[in-house]
Amino acid sequence: MSTASPSAPTGTEQTSTATLKGAEIVLKALVDQGVDVIFGYPGGAVLPLYDALFQQNQIRHILVRHEQAAVHAAEGYARSTGKVGVVLVTSGPGATNAVTGLTDALMDSVPIVCLCGQVPTHLIGNDAFQEADTTGITRPCTKHNYLVKNVDKLARTVHEAFYVARSGRPGPVVIDLPKDILVSEGAYLPPQEIAHRTYRPRTEPDLAAIDAAIDLLETAKRPIIYAGGGVINAGPEASRLLTELVELSGFPCTLTLMGLGILPASDPRYLGMVGMHGTYEANLTMHGCDVMLAVGARFDDRVTGRTDAFSPGSKKIQIDIDPSSVNKNIRVDLAIIGDAGRALELLVQRWKARKVKIDREVIGRWWEQIECWRAVNCLAYAKTDEVIKPQYAIERLYQMTRDRDVYITTEVGQHQMWAAQFFRFDKPNHWMTSGGLGTMGYGLPAAYGVQIAHPDALVVDIAGEASILMNIQEMATLKQYRLPVKVFILNNQYMGMVRQWQELMHGGRYSESYSDSLPDFVKLAEAFGATGLRATNMSELDDVIRKMLDTPGPVIADICVDQLENCFPMIPSGAAHNEVLLAPPDRKAGDSFASEDGMVLV
Amino acid sequence: MADKTAPQERHTIAVLVDNEPGVLARVIGLFSGRGYNIESLTVAEVDREVGLSRINLVTIGTPMVIEQIKAQLDRLVPVHSVRDLTENGPHVERELALIKVYAIGENRAETLRLAEIFRARVVDTTAESFIFELTGPADKLDTFIGLMRPLGLVEHARTGAAAMSRGKEPF
Repeated sequence: MSTASPSAPTGTEQTSTATLKGAEIVLKALVDQGVDVIFGYPGGAVLPLYDALFQQNQIRHILVRHEQAAVHAAEGYARSTGKVGVVLVTSGPGATNAVTGLTDALMDSVPIVCLCGQVPTHLIGNDAFQEADTTGITRPCTKHNYLVKNVDKLARTVHEAFYVARSGRPGPVVIDLPKDILVSEGAYLPPQEIAHRTYRPRTEPDLAAIDAAIDLLETAKRPIIYAGGGVINAGPEASRLLTELVELSGFPCTLTLMGLGILPASDPRYLGMVGMHGTYEANLTMHGCDVMLAVGARFDDRVTGRTDAFSPGSKKIQIDIDPSSVNKNIRVDLAIIGDAGRALELLVQRWKARKVKIDREVIGRWWEQIECWRAVNCLAYAKTDEVIKPQYAIERLYQMTRDRDVYITTEVGQHQMWAAQFFRFDKPNHWMTSGGLGTMGYGLPAAYGVQIAHPDALVVDIAGEASILMNIQEMATLKQYRLPVKVFILNNQYMGMVRQWQELMHGGRYSESYSDSLPDFVKLAEAFGATGLRATNMSELDDVIRKMLDTPGPVIADICVDQLENCFPMIPSGAAHNEVLLAPPDRKAGDSFASEDGMVLV
Repeated sequence: MADKTAPQERHTIAVLVDNEPGVLARVIGLFSGRGYNIESLTVAEVDREVGLSRINLVTIGTPMVIEQIKAQLDRLVPVHSVRDLTENGPHVERELALIKVYAIGENRAETLRLAEIFRARVVDTTAESFIFELTGPADKLDTFIGLMRPLGLVEHARTGAAAMSRGKEPF
């Protein structure tokens, strides 16, 4: 956008031949890519970009308080909208601070474009002030990265970065922008549908494989559908198609942590989450099935438990857009490479065209078995009149927000698993959590990323008192942009998951897991211009939740919960799905949970 | 890994990549980051106009790991194509070595005699030494270097394998 006419239409012929400053080229390319908001933090090397931002009105800049938060905010924005999230940070420490967020986005396949400032080209390699080898550092934690050394390649690079970030299996892309490139003049090139030289991921599945999958599914006696984040990434239509497939087949379905919301939690065929803290019925159904259909799920170790004991008797079908996700941890019998949405569309089409008849009696027997497992009621917990159980707090939060369009983000730990177990999602893109990397401090910035994309929605960060302190400075961002994010802290004064592992596997030696010297979260909220609330026993819980929901601005609700509550069910590291631990009293005191092999696992 | 007991296989893989900065670092970083083995790796530009480089690499792993290596290589953005030469029919594999041998007196004749048997070329000589240039499959180079060791091997430099499939098809 030229400084003379910020409202001029973009992408016209005259601007494509005119020369612009590098910084203007970047912003124009962003506008042409449909970007309306970026999350960033200024610094010396990106001053030209901030100067250009100042002189335009099309892109809104959200000033974060730490570059890690910028990436998480962009992740929240991206995951709740399906669009590419955009980050702008300066060179050196700006870029290195962004590394955790970039790794998080890589692990969870979130499309991000991160613009990093860099020292001028002639200073690169000279240990200049705020210089870091950004492309070197971010090479293993991005899907791809670029160092732009020629202003005439700048526009093309930005467009290409967006293409790479959102195509195939999405991921973060870094563009390193030396300062001299931002101030020198070059030609702008509008985005075009030019085929990328090398990167053309396969999205169209093989029809024969789809039919082979149906052959397996229609003869299955004990089937299960296991869906993950890839279905969310394929867009809401993919979730609808998966739900349709579940309805057509009547098969049980489980979701991964990343996949919550694909199938409405209210669906009777939904078994709950799978994996380490998944439900008893989901894990035993996975273990005992004879045909497994995995869609957009990568057999993560948190899902499989011990790999050589994972679902031992089943034929496995895997739909994934990334061939490297196939046969990585678990050998599958049939791989379908392609977009999850497209594969599900074909699967449903062929299912109908072939008039697949499922033997209801056979599947009925499988369901009888599953209902027995379900009857164990694995998420049950002991309720008390006084002490707030963390599970109960989330159940109440869920029940009291039924009439709202609610988005949930989390930090990492016990509260995250309880949120996954007890908050029930009916739609995709409403659940944002750090799954692969497990980044404490993710939830608060992700929450305001969501809030910016959905200004009228209710956005709650379900947090722990330890995690929230990792990016607490972002409360200032909430204040600045009047973002009414609700921070719902389950405060047990422990790094709860660490404490739980220490209790179960390290003889109860709670090494450094006690959250000593905590701040007063009510006063902390007030210091940041937000509302602080606290509930310390059951009688206060509903009031606090109600007040939190009724407060128009940002809130920190400090929910003081049972300090020693553990998260069950749990499959200990190195154990198989059928070796799941349930909550006491089913557990005998002094039971040993950790195998020698399991001790070394994470 | 599900097949950690499976036997290890040696595979020669050819990769065509965009000749852009950092592409070799991406490939090597992939191997170190994911704990794969590189037995040898060669890289050079093969098409200046298009800006294409060819990487020939030799790796060792179980069949599942080899499959992963290929899938992981293929999803690197600047990679054009990945071909497993070991899996795709017969191929030729050649490596070049420079071998410096200290040789005086009667050892000189013996050294040269062995070199002749292996068709190693003398590319440098002094009154006390030779440098041989030897091309061939890796095991031929191994054998020759082994023979030179007791005779006075000083040092050797090897290029790693360059390889391509037999027949008229590319790769």
